[in-house]
Amino acid sequence: MIKTEDYIKNPLKEKEVERKKAERSERFSTLLAHLGLVLLTLVWLYPIVWIILHSFREEYRDGIFVGIVVSHYIPKGFGFENFIRLFTTTLFPRWFLNTLFVATASFILSTMMTLSVAYVMSKIKFKQRKLFLNLAIILGLFPGFMSMIAIYYILKSLGLTETLFALILVYSAGSGLGFYVAKGFFDIIPNSLIESARLDGATNATIFTKIVLPISKPIIIYTALLAFTGPWMDFIFARVILGETNRQIHTVAVGLYYMVHGSQYADGNQFTMFAAGSLVVAIPIVTLFLAMQRYYIEGVTAGAVKG
Amino acid sequence: MDKKNNFIVETLQRFGNAFVRFAQAIGRLFKGFIARFKDGSTGTKVAHLIMGFGNLTHKQYIKGALFFVLQIGFLLIFMLNPEVNDTPIGFKALQNFITLGTEEGDLFGRLADNSMLMLLFGVVTFGLIVVFLAAYTANIKSSYASDLMVREGKKPLTFKEDLAELLDSRFHVLLITPTIIGVLTFTLLPTIFMIFIAFTDFDREVVPGLNLFNWVGFENFAQIFTGSGEIANRFLPVLSWTITWAFFATFSCYIGGILLALLINKRTVRFKKLWRTVFILTIALPQFISLLAMQQILSEHGPVNAMLMNIGILDEPFAFLGQARTATTARISVLTINLWIGVPYTMLMTSGILMNVPKDTYEAAQIDGATKFQAFRNITVPYIIFITTPYLITSFIGNITSFNIIFLLTGGDPNVPGSVAGQTDLLVTWLYSLTIEEGDVNIGSVIAIFTFIITASATLLSYRRSKAYKEEDTFQ
Repeated sequence: MIKTEDYIKNPLKEKEVERKKAERSERFSTLLAHLGLVLLTLVWLYPIVWIILHSFREEYRDGIFVGIVVSHYIPKGFGFENFIRLFTTTLFPRWFLNTLFVATASFILSTMMTLSVAYVMSKIKFKQRKLFLNLAIILGLFPGFMSMIAIYYILKSLGLTETLFALILVYSAGSGLGFYVAKGFFDIIPNSLIESARLDGATNATIFTKIVLPISKPIIIYTALLAFTGPWMDFIFARVILGETNRQIHTVAVGLYYMVHGSQYADGNQFTMFAAGSLVVAIPIVTLFLAMQRYYIEGVTAGAVKG
Repeated sequence: MDKKNNFIVETLQRFGNAFVRFAQAIGRLFKGFIARFKDGSTGTKVAHLIMGFGNLTHKQYIKGALFFVLQIGFLLIFMLNPEVNDTPIGFKALQNFITLGTEEGDLFGRLADNSMLMLLFGVVTFGLIVVFLAAYTANIKSSYASDLMVREGKKPLTFKEDLAELLDSRFHVLLITPTIIGVLTFTLLPTIFMIFIAFTDFDREVVPGLNLFNWVGFENFAQIFTGSGEIANRFLPVLSWTITWAFFATFSCYIGGILLALLINKRTVRFKKLWRTVFILTIALPQFISLLAMQQILSEHGPVNAMLMNIGILDEPFAFLGQARTATTARISVLTINLWIGVPYTMLMTSGILMNVPKDTYEAAQIDGATKFQAFRNITVPYIIFITTPYLITSFIGNITSFNIIFLLTGGDPNVPGSVAGQTDLLVTWLYSLTIEEGDVNIGSVIAIFTFIITASATLLSYRRSKAYKEEDTFQ
């Protein structure tokens, strides 16, 4: 028979018991953590799965297609009716091409401008550098929203609203002011690299295009990703600049929004079609994001810490 | 108290210094002009009157011609006052800027002066003058630089060499010029225009081109603070809800995001990448989709109400958002949905930071017998707070101007009878409905200026404190 005192006095055994105890509590907290994560995932996926399910919903009541929001989460019938209607009865294909055009043009312009300004502010020492840096920060403080409303009135009085071209300018013209994250990236590139290239007789332009840009892939991708996805996600600038009446020139966000909300074309029965359109827009954008997530996370973290 | 005083004194000193430096810069500018005029060649002296002349005497024909064309073009615009939409740009535009139009329209189809375009073109003309003065100075400087090169026995730069400079010693000029042009026309010009509008009576009664509007001084500002009427009554409630919203939205997402990051990064948790991907999914999903989906899910006939009624929690559909019976219900709803939008973002950001918590401090604490919780409270938490303070402030500012969430979820409702601004309207959404929907552009501008003042002071405070500014050059 083992006495309790022996048990306690044995240091090896004591440790063993403690380790087991710790292990058990560790296993318990791990289980709890996984449970919590599953629960949170369900909450976060609830609306996303809902949209996906209802984009494939095909329900009829008395032979009439039902497109409104319904109270059951899982549809009673599935099919491609919403997608077929979306592509044949609405201007969605047109909106998609419009957005693709705006996104491509403004991502090229914005990426070039943002990286250029960032590089200048980081690596080229010129006389008015500090002045420009301060000016950029003060100008960046003006809410883009405020100038958007002014731009709307200006373009309207000149008869220039409701063109995709205006939208591209609005998206990209001020993009150079968002140079901080990219500047932070360029700051880390050692100056010695640039100086030695200078000693070899390289011009500033050669250094930028042949030496700096090739090693800046992460920041180029981050900047381009945000600039390209921006027009797909933006709703309010496009709504204000493009107006309501000319549906030919809408982007996907505006077109889909007006389908269910806030316009003369809005119709609650088009909700499932809205869901189908959302899916068509979301799939490429989300795929792009997930494929580039490494660069995105790097950029976000750097931007946040630098402030 | 002392600290506060120091801060005020310091700020005043900064402003004082800036002012002195500005005056000094102007002084240097004038001295430069005098020195160049005295010291320069005859060509340079003539260039003070005829732009490009100095360059011509140095055989820089293309450059000289460009300057000359610029001068002629500017003078022609200024004298001839070309009209766009029946409103002149040029000297007349400066006059119009002061009067904002005198010609009233009438019922027989005669149009009034377009006060809005007059204001705009006044600003544009002023901008043209500034650009012209810059070119004028550049013309003299360029000519003088060539003078100096000749004196040193070198040849002045040819046009080709000038262009080559743009790729080398003046590469920065090439790189930032597109941005400067873009920002001047699409950020600065509209902003200045908007600020001026705040001092006019451009309200819903005015249709530019049909009736005139006028300068009214600070009347709109006074109306907001001392007036009696819808705007004055709603300003303080909207302002205080905006601040409350920004505060709770920022901190709830911040704390939620950190907790989620800790959970995912817990040593024993498996499938880390999978969990993270789920939450990145919600960032990648365009907000107009996720927010409209949320709004529909929570609607009267949506699945959430149906589910709650099936379980027996509710007897009849509950209005969560715009139709909510009390303001508080709708406000809690938007703050909760904001968590869905904001938490993944903070999680991503803090995940990166958590991996960088200094390990040696952690181990040292454990050797000293600290429990896990103590180590967490005394090492991890302060570290995260220290690193993320700048982010907290930027996200506070972002929340003050967060438009999408309110606009797409509630549209500012629940309604306040007799007012444009609803119970969940923020300054920005109110500004939107006032200007775009109601046409009270002047009051909208005043609100925009207030929003700017709030965000700008928060930014300046954080910017002064941020590492990025203080250690601007230490990395290099």
